[in-house]
Amino acid sequence: MSTTRIDARFAALKQQGRAALVTFTMAGDPDYASSLAIAKALPKAGADVIELGMPFTDPMADGPAIQAAGLRALKAGARMSKTLNLVREFRTGDDATPIVLMGYYNPIYIYGVDKFLIDAKAAGVDGLIVVDLPPEEDEELCLPALKAGLNFIRLATPTTDDKRLPAVLNNTSGFVYYVSIAGVTGTAAPDASKVGAAVTRIKRHTDLPVAVGFGVRTAEQARAIAQCADAVVVGSALVDALGKSLDSGGKAGPGTVKAVTDLVAELAAGVRAARRVAAS
Amino acid sequence: MSAPQPNSFRTGPDERGHFGIYGGRFVAETLMPLILELEQAYAAAKADAKFQAEMDGHLANYVGRPSPLYFAERLTEHLRKTASGLSAAGAKIYFKREELNHTGAHKVNNVLGQIMLALRMGKKRIIAETGAGMHGVATATLCAKFGLPCIVYMGAVDVERQKPNVLRMRMLGAEVRGVTSGSKTLKDAMNEALRDWVGNVADTFYCIGTVAGPHPYPAMVRDFQSIIGRETREQMQKAEGRLPDSLIACIGGGSNAMGLFHPFLDERSVEIYGVEAAGHGLASGKHAASIAGGRPGVLHGNRTYLLMDDDGQIEEAHSISAGLDYPGIGPEHAWLNDLGRVKFLSATDDEAVAAFQLCSKLEGIIPALEPAHALARVLDLAPTKPKDHLMVLNMSGRGDKDLDSVAAFLESKKK
Repeated sequence: MSTTRIDARFAALKQQGRAALVTFTMAGDPDYASSLAIAKALPKAGADVIELGMPFTDPMADGPAIQAAGLRALKAGARMSKTLNLVREFRTGDDATPIVLMGYYNPIYIYGVDKFLIDAKAAGVDGLIVVDLPPEEDEELCLPALKAGLNFIRLATPTTDDKRLPAVLNNTSGFVYYVSIAGVTGTAAPDASKVGAAVTRIKRHTDLPVAVGFGVRTAEQARAIAQCADAVVVGSALVDALGKSLDSGGKAGPGTVKAVTDLVAELAAGVRAARRVAAS
Repeated sequence: MSAPQPNSFRTGPDERGHFGIYGGRFVAETLMPLILELEQAYAAAKADAKFQAEMDGHLANYVGRPSPLYFAERLTEHLRKTASGLSAAGAKIYFKREELNHTGAHKVNNVLGQIMLALRMGKKRIIAETGAGMHGVATATLCAKFGLPCIVYMGAVDVERQKPNVLRMRMLGAEVRGVTSGSKTLKDAMNEALRDWVGNVADTFYCIGTVAGPHPYPAMVRDFQSIIGRETREQMQKAEGRLPDSLIACIGGGSNAMGLFHPFLDERSVEIYGVEAAGHGLASGKHAASIAGGRPGVLHGNRTYLLMDDDGQIEEAHSISAGLDYPGIGPEHAWLNDLGRVKFLSATDDEAVAAFQLCSKLEGIIPALEPAHALARVLDLAPTKPKDHLMVLNMSGRGDKDLDSVAAFLESKKK
């Protein structure tokens, strides 16, 4: 398949000798305008790849922080067409930063798979992560998405053993997302030494970049993970920072965008410190 | 029905867990290896005569099976009187007495099978979700019997409206965790149980209470519940020398119904009715009837009919019966609906409570609110059938747990 913004970004960072910072925020959280302002500010703050959550009422693999973000977004009127519109608006000012949509299958299925793929591609989406579509269900969305020129990024977990790993990596593109804990998002901190071994194991099976996430909250953790992985994913910590910036009615405050971008800048410094240490 | 008919309705699911377009395995990667392990372990247990014999022993001596097939004579006579102008009319009504099982409902049939499987797999910790609390009570009961720790997730709303069952679970040594996320009912309890499972993959067995969830659960739970239909077939043969003419059962997820229906699916002479909860009425939008008011979508590991908005967001179900208060239905029911093999009806809160009262007074059996929904449709179906029509209602649970809810409902109607 053709090169996507994801492939280009990882190739460029490899040349620079550093890992990528992948940020996750929920589309439409706490409202459309603030969410778009955050997305637009992310690259300058240090995000190399942007993951945008597609809100869903029943996020079975997510912890309390991301559940709350999705419900805030839905309450403020989020829906799939608006998520795609947000990407479209982002793209008018940035044609280089990769955007990955992440979420659950039902809202895509109800939007209509074919229509979704056409509209997502046209809006400027580069990849998809759909939590409840394992390789066993590849015909649903993964194969049509690859055909449409989108990356389909799969999660590998501590329960994905060597026997199963090839099945998980088959049809995966863009990068592999290693879930560093057996658990829901944002509930436990990863153990950097175990993560290193897991990344090495995955790299024996693939040439794709390996991103590591679930539970990374601080610049120091980001630095440690960036030593051994090609990318560090941070989600719950950003969503929490956003949540804390809201007023008592759950509305965006004057510091909402900055609360997210400040933390992104800290995490980016952590990620960028890693390879300098490694290189010297 | 225009849909092409299969040679048999009893051969599903396929090896990937599909009933037509329904079913499947829509779960996070973390759970996928566990589900494959479960599928293999269940296939081995199913083929193991020793496992089956041990289960039969517990079903007889612990659960109290077989449950009787009871001729509901006064209800039959009552409905024959109301069939005015049709003197020959009025079906002969039987109850399959699942409410007489240990723990007071059909749920125990499935839980026994799953807990025995968990032991066989060496699992050390059991989790379950519950709505009305009957599945939670059955799981707590068997965990007590087999000495396993048990954690039951229950929506905070249900903890409130099904207090007696919460007390029972705690008395049995289970930990009941009230779920305050989302709509605080059964679907949220299921989300929370799945989150627990994702975080405790090494030692935990998830005991699902209905014929839903990722493959192999819908088929496995159906198999464990099919003893209801197998016994009914034998008992009816003994009582009347033939097959019944119709079967009727309430449907939330649909395990009691599937248990009764499955052994009869290929008997084309047998009419089969499932009754969903219509809550305040289908037109009100406040109901739990996934087939009547929903459409196919993907939730909790399977594709099936779901209540949702036009953006694919899951909507809250509404029913006086906590056991039917779920925005989905088992995938095999979805498939049988599309093929026209099972006819889906619904009953409102009002109709269910009226049937609850009538059955209590006419038969001396206080039904659970769940089968009271099916009973409500018996009240208008039976008078349309001839006198020699044999109709079987699955009396899937007893109503002790519902007395507070019904009293409060009747009180609110007075105002």
